[in-house]
Order: sequence, then C-alpha cells, then structure tokens
Amino acid sequence: MSAVFDVLNLKKAFSGLTVTNDVSLSMAPGDRVALIGPNGAGKTTFVNLVTGSLQPVSGEVRLNGQTVTKINAIGRVRRGLVRSFQVTRLFQEMTPAEHVALAILQRDGRAGKMFGNFLSMPEVLDEASGLLAKLGLADLMHRKVSEIAYGQQRLLEIAMALALKPKVLLLDEPAAGVPQSDTGRIEQALADLPSDLAVLMIEHDMDLVFRFAKRVIVLAAGTIIFDGSPADVTKDAAVREAYLGSYANASHAA
Amino acid sequence: MNRETVTKTMRPNRSITRDLIGIAAIIVASALGYLLFPDNLALLTRIIAIALLVLSLDLVTGYCGVATLGHAALFGSGAYAAGIAAAHYGITDPLLMTLAGILGGAIAGLICGVIILRAHGLPQLVLSISLIYLFHEFANKASSWTGGSDGLSGISPDPLFGSFEFDLWGQTAYVFGVFLLLAVFVLLRFLVRSPFGMLCRGIKEDPMRIMAMGASPKITLIKMYVISGAVAGIGGALNAISTQVVGLDSLSFTQSAEALVMLVLGGTGSLFGALMGTVVFMLFEDYVSAANPFHWLTMVGALLIGVVLCAPKGLYGTAADIITRRLEKRT
Repeated sequence: MSAVFDVLNLKKAFSGLTVTNDVSLSMAPGDRVALIGPNGAGKTTFVNLVTGSLQPVSGEVRLNGQTVTKINAIGRVRRGLVRSFQVTRLFQEMTPAEHVALAILQRDGRAGKMFGNFLSMPEVLDEASGLLAKLGLADLMHRKVSEIAYGQQRLLEIAMALALKPKVLLLDEPAAGVPQSDTGRIEQALADLPSDLAVLMIEHDMDLVFRFAKRVIVLAAGTIIFDGSPADVTKDAAVREAYLGSYANASHAA
Repeated sequence: MNRETVTKTMRPNRSITRDLIGIAAIIVASALGYLLFPDNLALLTRIIAIALLVLSLDLVTGYCGVATLGHAALFGSGAYAAGIAAAHYGITDPLLMTLAGILGGAIAGLICGVIILRAHGLPQLVLSISLIYLFHEFANKASSWTGGSDGLSGISPDPLFGSFEFDLWGQTAYVFGVFLLLAVFVLLRFLVRSPFGMLCRGIKEDPMRIMAMGASPKITLIKMYVISGAVAGIGGALNAISTQVVGLDSLSFTQSAEALVMLVLGGTGSLFGALMGTVVFMLFEDYVSAANPFHWLTMVGALLIGVVLCAPKGLYGTAADIITRRLEKRT
C-alpha cells in the first residue's frame, strides 16, 4: 500500500545542538506504530516538527505524497494530520458534545457559521452522539468537561481527533495520568480505531506499546536506532543499552 | 422517552426559554423605565447606547478573552460616522445614520482587531490603550470633520419612518433605542450559540487547541472584532441620533474603562451580565451623584469593590450560579 505519511531526513538543531538528526520514516494506511525512547530522546521535538509547530533545518514531511514542510500546523490538520496531547487540552467550560460537534463542524468547513446551533443540526448531533457512545461517553455528553473524570477526558481527546477524520493520527501518550483501573477503556478505544487510519503513538508504557503496536521505532539522541517489530525490539542490543536496559533493570528492581 | 432523547432535547429548549426570558426582561425593564422616569428618557436612551457598547465589549473580552481598555474607539467611530453622515453629507434618515454607525464601528473594529490581536496579555492591553488615545487624538485634530474639542453638532435626524419626530422629550429616541437593543440582543443570542460562538469560547480557553483542530484563532477573532465594532457602532449612532451631538468623550479612555467596569460588574461572558452591569452601574451612578454630589464617586468605588470581592463572577454570573446550584439540588 502506498505511504500516507513520510518523513525524510528531518533535521533540527537548537543553538547548534542537534536534537533531531536525519530522521526518516514512512507509514501506510492502517499502520500501528509506536515511537519510544528515553527522556530527552527528541520525541517531543519530532512531534512538533511533524505537526508544523517547529520548522526543520532540513528534510521533508509528506502527507499523501504532498510535501507539507512549508505548510503551517493548521494547514497540516486540514490535510489529515491530527494529534492528541500528552496532557489533555480540553475546554473546561464546554461539554463533550460541544467538543466533538465543533471538531465535526470544523472538518466540514462549517465552524465559522454564525447562525444555527449544533443541537438543531441532526446530522452533527447524531455523529457526535455516535462517536461519544462508542467511547462510552454518551451519558456525559452534556456535562461540563470540568465535571468529568480524567480518564474520560482522555477518551474525549480521542473522540475529538476521530471527529476530524484524520488520515494520520499522532497520539502523544494517550494513557498518561490515567488510573490503572481506567486504562482498559483507553486500550479498547485504541484497538477500535478505524482500520484505515495510520496511527503513530508516542508512549512510555511498554505494556501498552507491546499490545498496540505492530511496529516499534526507537529514538535515542535524536536518531532512529531501531525500526522493526515489537518482538525484535527487546532483542536489539542498541535498544537495550539506550532504553530497554534501564527499563528492564528498573522492572527487576521493582 | 429514553435518557438519550431527554439529553438531546433538553438543551435547545432551555436556550429558547432563556432567549424568551431575555426578550421579555428587556421589554419589561424598558416599559418600567418609561413609566418610572418619564422625564429622564435621555438617561435611559444613553443607558441603551452604553449597553450596546458593553455588549460589544463582552463579545471580545467575555467570549474571546481579549484584554482591551480601548473599546470606546469602536463606539466613538460609530457615533462620528453617523454624525458626519448627517452633518456633512445630509444623510439624516435615522436608519441610514445607524447603518453609517455600523460601518464606522465595523471598520474601527477591523483596524483595532488587526493591531490588538498581534499581542497577548499586558502588551495587548497597552496596544488597546494606545489605540484609544490615537483615535481620540485623530478626532481632535480632524476638527473640520469632527468639530474637534467643541464636538460635532448640526446633526438633525429626520423623523423615524417619516412620521416619528425625534422630540425634545426623547420618546422616539428611547423607543428606537429599545428596538435596536432588542434586535441586537436576538442576533447576538444566535451568534454566541452558533458554531462560530463555540469556536470563540474555545479560543478563549486554549487557542493552541483550536489550531490543533485546524481552525485559525486569529481570523476568527478578527471576524468577532468586526462584529463587535458593528454592535458598538449601533450604540454610537444611537447616541449621535438621540443627543444630536458627538463629543470627544465618546472616544475616550475613560469611556472604555467604564465599559469594562460595567461588564465586570454584571459578569463577563454573558449577554445578560453585560446588560445588567450597564443598567445597575449607570442608574446607581445617576442616583448617588444626585443624592450626594460630593461623595458619589466614593460610593461608586465602594459598590465596585463590594461586588468584585463578594461576587467575583459579577452580579448576573453569581446570581445565575446560585440559581443553577439550587435547581441541581432540587433534581
């Protein structure tokens, strides 16, 4: 299948310090890729470069074969590259229904409409309720976000991302900060993501990585040191040294 | 009826009820004002004009989170546009003068929006103050158009619809003002509930999140500034039509700051709050300045401190909170 998302030789340096060094990867529709790496490996910078929050020194980002390196973050979202945030960024005074409806309306180019309300737009309301129901948020759809639990807020982040109907979804630690008892619901939501969607998940929780990803990319000191199957990643000597070594030791100690 | 159907239908009904309550409240308050202060309709018309300015300020500050102390620039531009149209171009039809006010306010809104939205926080506030001083100084210097510090006079609007004279008692101006306010209120209720209104509320909380949804906060806010300018311009035009003079004070920093005080007093982010803040502030100011001409400013100050400390969400915001809590307890 042809690639929907390509990163070619991406480089970024801050004050002479190279933080992303010649990073390349390619993803096809339906891919489930986890990007892992120790703290300071350059994961956040990589996400910012890919989403357009930062401009690279050199290299290219392509969506559906079209180069988007010079296109800003908003333009990339409109072309199908959507991200979720490590710490939820939701509108506390708004309801889940409003969040998802706003995303649907924005996707359809109707978010600037100055008359009408989404509650009286059956197609928007039905799509929003359907999406929220799938994620188990139907009963909370008209509550303020500030009144719902953090785990549910994380699910709402996923719902918002899906409402934009992305081609490529970047999930930045989707289960971060969620109590152990609620992670099952999030894992189920990740398992239920559309099968034609390319998903790149940045994650620290190795158990989640192994359950979700069909392919793992390891970033260390701004460079990709491993790109392969989850089964092979633990066997890779460079990875063990850079990342899993310390993880494994920590696990043993615990 | 199952639970989902209840949640789906509950919200729009509540909003429509609130719309109707709002319209009824404006009509009842206007009728009461007319009956209680028949000799002071000029003050009531001025309250309506300022209420339009405060509503306009609420659109950018309350709904979008833009910090501004220069919003009278939009109101004054509307007033001067209506006044200049009448005094210099012979456009004396009150509806056309109002249209001139809308255009003047909207253009001022576009200019202010483009400049103010380049910064955030304190620098944004400073930009807004600079703009109001520049607008004021421009109006002062362009005296052949604006009358400078003497004010723009020679504004004599035609009878409304050809039959209602703008009389000395201010009855026509007052009724005209009430209708303008009602029309603006209804349109703004649609606006704040629309997808655009939702987008603005989102931008107020987290513009970066809105960008991550593929929407541009800046373009949205500039649009809102233009709408806000049009609303303030209607207020300015109403003031020009009812007083038949436009003074530099309509473009002043003091007027801008007072509008912000009224908004905070009533409660930001709510059209009802903007209206309530204006009415309470202006009636209180009028009452205490007549009752105690020496210490009235002290009393206004005390009222504001009292409200801000005891009801930080403003009079309407706090009252609405209390009522909501009671209703939730009951259910």
